[in-house]
Amino acid sequence: MKAWEPEKAVAPSQVFRVAVVDYGAGNLVSIEQALTTVGTEVILARHPDDLLRADAIVVPGVGAAEPAMRRLARARLVDPILAWIATGRPYLGICLGLQLLFERSEEDGADTLGVLPGRTVELADAPTLPHIGWNQVVRRRGHPLFEGIAQGADFYFVHSFAGVPEGIAADRLVLAETEHGSRFASAIDRGNVLGVQFHPERSGGDGVRLLANFVRWSAALAAGAGAQYTPVGAGGTSGGD
Amino acid sequence: MLRRRVIPCLDVANGRVVKGTRFVDLVDEGDPPELAERYAREGADEIVFLDITAAPEGRGTLLDIVERTARRAFVPLTVGGGVRSVVEMRDVLRAGADKVSLNTAAVADPSLVSRCAARFGRQAVVVAIDARRRTGDGPETAPAWEVVVRGGREPTGVDAIAWSERVVDLGAGELLVTSIDRDGTRSGFDTELLRAITSRVHVPVIASGGAAGPADFVAAIRDGGADAVLAASIFHRRIHSIAQVKRAMARAGLPVRAVPGSA
Repeated sequence: MKAWEPEKAVAPSQVFRVAVVDYGAGNLVSIEQALTTVGTEVILARHPDDLLRADAIVVPGVGAAEPAMRRLARARLVDPILAWIATGRPYLGICLGLQLLFERSEEDGADTLGVLPGRTVELADAPTLPHIGWNQVVRRRGHPLFEGIAQGADFYFVHSFAGVPEGIAADRLVLAETEHGSRFASAIDRGNVLGVQFHPERSGGDGVRLLANFVRWSAALAAGAGAQYTPVGAGGTSGGD
Repeated sequence: MLRRRVIPCLDVANGRVVKGTRFVDLVDEGDPPELAERYAREGADEIVFLDITAAPEGRGTLLDIVERTARRAFVPLTVGGGVRSVVEMRDVLRAGADKVSLNTAAVADPSLVSRCAARFGRQAVVVAIDARRRTGDGPETAPAWEVVVRGGREPTGVDAIAWSERVVDLGAGELLVTSIDRDGTRSGFDTELLRAITSRVHVPVIASGGAAGPADFVAAIRDGGADAVLAASIFHRRIHSIAQVKRAMARAGLPVRAVPGSA
């Protein structure tokens, strides 16, 4: 059996464009290839204009927050990304792209996007750091992102820090958890904003499936598939339940 | 729980996967992207790709092969061989590698480790340590290992254990520890070397050099404290499959990721 038959999330007659935000020097080949595999057209976004044609955006990235924020600012992408999120359009943050959603990073003290209440801290009590390898992602509730993926499935991680939601709705942001010394949020969601600490583009068949799910969910969101997809900017912390 | 990784290593020379006892008697074992895809399908948790012609001949890493490999196998890819600068590391990452392994160049200029870690994050920086047991040690002396470079041909006088601690301080996020004495010999991993290093550093350690059978993988983890185990020829020549190795690890109580499609 093939480990991952390419699973198309987009009908051949349709075009779905995903802007992958390119603000650094990391590996974008894998995410680009995985999104192409599920049938989307990938735009490597380096300028604000690159977001105009996109149906969804993916912010990937590894490493520290401060240089990432600096590069995003230099590319004048910070405000367009914030506007994108505030207008309820679909966002997926991967690894650093998840961490940047919070208010600040304790890794280097950088102020980050501040879309979600909380901060990025080093994993507590980890037997090894960085946390590198495949680990189980345990869902706390259902979400279309994990459609067809077994509870507790393994995904690939490579990081030392993780986002910690804060405030009265903190617990509701946590979509899935993973344990490495202590438990941390390995997937978060609020309305139109999704984030995963692991790397779906490096997580074999389940990773490709998760990206296909993101594309389908994004298309449904764009089609206005009901209150389930209340955008963050519309003031709903009730979204995504 | 974090899984213990099984990693096939693709030693590449002139664009083909080869294996010999380091740098001699090289045997052609296939096309790198094709083998990487096969291993990913068979349950490889990661692929390590070493351009073994790069360091000796001073050539750059074969970026197009890196990219073709990255596009065919949706598992993490570590690339080593001939990376001597931050710019070269950037190019390898851009071609599709998730991590870059530094070896000879790090010994020549340890600041390369910290500069690469500062630029790309320590999680992207693997330092490969090729270690050879010091000869002449009597039974009463503690074992010691020396760092060797250029594929094991050149001694450095640097103590391998001290070097492992130093590179972690400099920003290495992972160590790939190869016993040059065992490499290609199929006599088992040097678990003593592994334990000496894993007991002193906090970062994940990949064991390499000497794998013969599934029991060796178990020993590298249980006795050596390794997080991951790497092998080449036993997989390339289909002496053992990744699934066989993982079954043995699971039977020994080690956490492993299920081979895709076998659950």
